[in-house]
Amino acid sequence: MTDTTEKAAVKTATGAAPAAPAPAPAPRGTRVWRGVTPWLFLIAPLALLIVFTYAPIANMVAYSFTDWDGVSPELHYTGAENYTEIFTREDLFRVFFVSGYYLAASAVQIVAALYFATVLSFNVRFRNFFKGVLFFPYLINGVAIGFVFLYFFQDGGTLDSVLGLLGHHTDHAWLGTPASANTSLAGVSIWRYLGLNFVLFLGAIQSIPGELYEAAELDGANRWHQFRYIIAPGIKPVLTLTVILSVSGSLSAFEIPYIMTGGATGTETFVIQTVNLAFRFNKTGLASAAAVVLLLIILLVTWIQRRLVPDDKVDLV
Amino acid sequence: MNRRHTLALAVAAALLIPGCTGTGGTTKGADAKAPDDPSKVSGTIKVLTVRTDLVQDGTMKKYAAEFNKTYPKVNVEFEGLTNYESEVKIRMNTENYGDVLLIPAVIKKSDYPRFFASLGTQAERSEKFRFTDFTTVDGKVYGQTTNGGSPGFVYNKRVWKEAGITEWPTTPAEFLAALKAVKAKTDAVPYYTNFAAGWTLTSWTYVNGSVHCDTKATDKLAEGDPWAQGADLRVADTLLHDTVKAGLVEKDPTTSNWEESKPRTAKGEIATQWLGTWAIVQFQAAAKKAGVNPDDIGFMPFPAQVDGKFCAVVSPDYHQAVNVHSKHKEAARAWIDWFTEKSGYVRDNLAISPLKDAPLPDVMRPYEEAGVRFIEVDDTKGAQVKNIDNQSEVGIYAPEYRQNLVDLARGARKGSLDSFFADLSKRWAEARESAGS
Repeated sequence: MTDTTEKAAVKTATGAAPAAPAPAPAPRGTRVWRGVTPWLFLIAPLALLIVFTYAPIANMVAYSFTDWDGVSPELHYTGAENYTEIFTREDLFRVFFVSGYYLAASAVQIVAALYFATVLSFNVRFRNFFKGVLFFPYLINGVAIGFVFLYFFQDGGTLDSVLGLLGHHTDHAWLGTPASANTSLAGVSIWRYLGLNFVLFLGAIQSIPGELYEAAELDGANRWHQFRYIIAPGIKPVLTLTVILSVSGSLSAFEIPYIMTGGATGTETFVIQTVNLAFRFNKTGLASAAAVVLLLIILLVTWIQRRLVPDDKVDLV
Repeated sequence: MNRRHTLALAVAAALLIPGCTGTGGTTKGADAKAPDDPSKVSGTIKVLTVRTDLVQDGTMKKYAAEFNKTYPKVNVEFEGLTNYESEVKIRMNTENYGDVLLIPAVIKKSDYPRFFASLGTQAERSEKFRFTDFTTVDGKVYGQTTNGGSPGFVYNKRVWKEAGITEWPTTPAEFLAALKAVKAKTDAVPYYTNFAAGWTLTSWTYVNGSVHCDTKATDKLAEGDPWAQGADLRVADTLLHDTVKAGLVEKDPTTSNWEESKPRTAKGEIATQWLGTWAIVQFQAAAKKAGVNPDDIGFMPFPAQVDGKFCAVVSPDYHQAVNVHSKHKEAARAWIDWFTEKSGYVRDNLAISPLKDAPLPDVMRPYEEAGVRFIEVDDTKGAQVKNIDNQSEVGIYAPEYRQNLVDLARGARKGSLDSFFADLSKRWAEARESAGS
């Protein structure tokens, strides 16, 4: 018995040997090919990445040291002058207060997304329908959302009518005061980005093996316990990522306020201000410097966050 | 490790390439001469325009067909740009920005010779055309405006009559009283700010010159304080502020809607808006569409008089220019000349002709009857004003500061009107000094 199997094993081994190329004595040409192949595959994405991401960034950094107005063929090197201007003008940083609204909104958004993701990861009736409903807003173009919500917040618009149906007749101008306008805009941003967070969480939750729940149920754990001891630790990396994305998103909020109010009534964010500097007042150099500063701030915030919450490997089992 | 090095090198190389930022395009001082024989000019020219509506409904094609009767070998193509200023600005970093284009506001006047071919000397062109000084650099003219216009209030005559007002108000106080009467006696919104659109508020800057009937008003912006007591912009801004403060505007300006405001004005739901002659044709069209009488749309000057007469500032719209890199400069020049003088564009748009000897359009007849004085504000210092404006980030040609003014007036922003003006004056003065004038 053992003899024959051994023989057969040897046979197959010898038979297969000439067909499979041994790694060591491969010809030179093949070796070169093997080294080059992955790069060939990488050419397209790398080229796109360099042309459309790194080159413009490099250009932007270069412009930030000049007084370029965005169109004139003449530009002068001004050293760190633009950066000095940014850090000595406190009015340029006052707009970060507006980011506070979006930051608060992100907190609400993450909690809500986590709640929905958890609920819909269990067996609920119409769960796929609800998944679609929650994710749908993220698929709509931001500009379209801006216009839709302009009608929504209009005097006598959708929001007022709905509140009227519920018996609450309000005469509130939703975009009328800075506090109200920023809250409304942050609300729109929750509505829009909730779907993305939701899907990220749902994906992470569904990658947790099902046996864990079964085992937990056998041990008498209820839904809350399952969330607290299985789901929460299981999705920690995704949660950290979402928080980073939310913080950087709040600092660089742009689309929704730009379309809806154009930065009027105290809704100007740092990016709107930068765009205005570049395209309204033709200070492309200064605006580039502002963009670089924003990039650095976001990198810094992310770094601090990673320091506070290190990304350790999760091991549930 | 080795691979990482290669990647790092590749990225570093890519980062270095754009380091040498393009400063090409030193062609300077080309002329676009008018062709001697119309039948011999040939070539395909591309015309950039802001009038996307006319490109879409085929009106531009009709003009081109008409043009081809005189210049059979020239093929004209149009490109309408919705976001004209910012798109053209980016394209002008290359050589490829059409053969005929409208001079964007962002281009510095001193840079005109780098971007556009000259159309002739000012001495020669100013005999025939108005507004030549707006595009003159060193005695040469670089652009030709398509039409002129004048700022003013578009109003609904019927509503104003219902409110019992038949005479144009002659002072800001009378104007406010008239709006109050509209509010008291009719259901219409007395004044619509169009706050959300933004650029509609910008047109208040064009009051400049009308208050004191001053042809040197732009010089005063460049050399003085635009928000000093009695200065044109202060008078205009105060009127806007008081109108909003007295509650004579729409209930929620932040969600106002420009497109809707046209039929609403035609129907008499809105009584007044500060715009310009260019708007009349659009409001009349809106009236026809809404099935109401287009003759209800009226137009009146800013409520200020000098020696018992109103003053209307006539100023040019966009200027057409020939791209200095164009391969068909003669054909491009032919198009500009034909479009300005023979196309009928001015008549179609009820606008003021750039030709000196042309009569005023019909819509301006009430102006003639009321003996309104037409003036042209000298634009020699226009470039300087723009420079100060950008330096100070006040933005008299941008909506923000007036949106802030409206917010202040309706109590959504803290502060007093005086301190608001004082801040603008201060920033303006600082920029004027650093601009070294």
